[in-house]
Amino acid sequence: MVPEVAAEDLISVLSENGIADKAVDPNLSNADLLNLYRLMVFNRVLDERMVKLQRQGRIGFYIGSVGEEATVMGSAFALQPQDWIFPSYREAGAAFLRGFPLRAFLCQLMGNREDLTKGRQMPNHFSARPYNIVSISSPVGTQLPQAVGAAMAARYRGDDSISLAYFGDGTSSEGDFHVALNFAGVYKAPVIFVCRNNQWAISVPLNKQTASATIAIKAKAYGIDGVRVDGNDLPAVYQVTAAAAAKARSGGGATLIEAVTYRLSGHSTSDDPRVYRPEDEVAQWKGKDPILRFRLYLEKKGIWTTDEDAELFRRVDADIVTTLKEVEAIPSPPAESLFDDVYAQVPPHLAEQQASLWAAQKEDH
Amino acid sequence: MPTLNMIQALNDALKVEMRRDDRVVVMGEDVGVLGGVFRVTVDLQQEFGSERVMDTPLSEGGIIGTAIGMALYGLRPVPEIQFADFIYPAFDQIVNEMAKYRYRSGGQYTCPMVIRTPYGGGIRGGHYHSQSNEAYFIHTPGLKVVIPSNPYDAKGLLLSSIRDDDPVIFMEPKRIYRAVKGEVPEGDYTVPLGAAKIVQEGRHVTLIAYGAMMQETLQAAAKAAEEGLQCEVIDLRTLLPLDTDTVVQSVKKTGRCVVVHEAARTGGFGAEVSAILMEKAFLDLEAPVRRVTGFDTPFPYSLEHYYLPDANRILSAIRETAAF
Repeated sequence: MVPEVAAEDLISVLSENGIADKAVDPNLSNADLLNLYRLMVFNRVLDERMVKLQRQGRIGFYIGSVGEEATVMGSAFALQPQDWIFPSYREAGAAFLRGFPLRAFLCQLMGNREDLTKGRQMPNHFSARPYNIVSISSPVGTQLPQAVGAAMAARYRGDDSISLAYFGDGTSSEGDFHVALNFAGVYKAPVIFVCRNNQWAISVPLNKQTASATIAIKAKAYGIDGVRVDGNDLPAVYQVTAAAAAKARSGGGATLIEAVTYRLSGHSTSDDPRVYRPEDEVAQWKGKDPILRFRLYLEKKGIWTTDEDAELFRRVDADIVTTLKEVEAIPSPPAESLFDDVYAQVPPHLAEQQASLWAAQKEDH
Repeated sequence: MPTLNMIQALNDALKVEMRRDDRVVVMGEDVGVLGGVFRVTVDLQQEFGSERVMDTPLSEGGIIGTAIGMALYGLRPVPEIQFADFIYPAFDQIVNEMAKYRYRSGGQYTCPMVIRTPYGGGIRGGHYHSQSNEAYFIHTPGLKVVIPSNPYDAKGLLLSSIRDDDPVIFMEPKRIYRAVKGEVPEGDYTVPLGAAKIVQEGRHVTLIAYGAMMQETLQAAAKAAEEGLQCEVIDLRTLLPLDTDTVVQSVKKTGRCVVVHEAARTGGFGAEVSAILMEKAFLDLEAPVRRVTGFDTPFPYSLEHYYLPDANRILSAIRETAAF
């Protein structure tokens, strides 16, 4: 069951110094804890490396999840592999957790010939069917009613599968957010909505997004449960998501989880957050860094050392650099693929347009 | 063979396919207990249950958004939008999501689903119950747009649409929902998508229409025949992808063409047909391609009979084209 708390309460397990409240610690195994830590570090180093890459002009754009890793990893880890994830655009970590290879991710950033999405979308808009990670779109919130539909379809088919959809605090202003919560409530759909409340929708702070005290409380009007959790506290995020998943799986319906976190970087590489938010606010949240907090937790458990930490950061970065070199050599998708996948079969008018492109190219050479 | 109106034929198609394929689900406003405001989904909930025939909350964006999720998961949803005029809250879900899933995911995810929606004027419904908004969807790569004009095609095209692996906007001419009757085979048959039909052969002028305008166009052709003008009449049936060959071959034969639709003129489908004929039949044209369409005004209430093309306006265009 989801813990019985008021929607304005903030659920936490770890203190900012990484000390666990033993009464509520979900007691994940050491192997799981270390795996989750490595994944968060990997995600952080990758994000930082990709921003540098964009600055060097080697990729056109990047959008990362620095500061929000615990929200993503903790929630995705609470799911089963058969559960469908409807990402927003800041949850690559959920895909990595499911085994989505770094190489595939980098190929998507490059939009090259090995990209599973065939170079059709800008960076970070990946899609990974083998991992039940649905395709990503830029207009925010569209994935929320879709997640409800997929969850209803799974229930109709008798599958033991639920859906989880991610979104940001700004998305709570979109019609699709309210539509999705309403449908989820009416149909008691086995779905989880995870709001990464990172305080900023590009340049607009939460208090200009909503007059509501919390995002979680919005669930109440739709007759579903809303919980608010410290999004920088991985065990806490895991715990509330696991409870929501168990409830969804057993016919108890939907949950809205508000994970309170902070976007430590700009919105994307196209953004300069110094224009609109105070440095001391950022500094304050840097002190609540989810990776730092989780590392202190592991150290106190005696399963992680400073030396191992330095080695992990070094090795992860080296792996990324090596893989990057490999994928940068891969050519663009073949030109003829431009016309594929618009429809199941290429219809006559597209075949004609395809032929006209070849004819024009021949004249050029 | 039973004689059915279009509503009965569409209802029959849904029954045939829901019995055949348990992936097919129907959803929308009032489609369950009531059987739809036009009764197209009548009796379905009794036969297939409320999990397959869902009365939804009153939200077009929600209906299409959840239907997309179902299609992604492997179902074949057939959502109804009660009037085409109400479809705009779902526009983003239709053009950015449903239409693009296959392409943007590199073929990993697809949206096989059919949005059924009654469209068009002539029912004294004013601006919000009369629009003919097919052009928005024809301009959207990834969609198919189908508009039947009679009960036989309505059933056969709906069955083809549900079985198609791509999303289809299926627009139903509500003005002739009950007015036009015809023989409709029992059980299963299909009318292929992307194939126009030559309804009447002729050698002087090609008339191209679809949906409710087929009635006006055929009346105009009959009047023209009295004046010695033999019109070839084409029912497009599928607007996207268009059966270009049938259209072009006919105009190559007649050298003259009038396109009829009730949607507004500017940027309408008539303009596309006209442009295609310029590209593919220019040297065969004996006269400019004429468009008989709704006007570039909002759809009027009291004056809708002036707005909608009728047999007289079409006949006038036929005469002018023939005399050019």
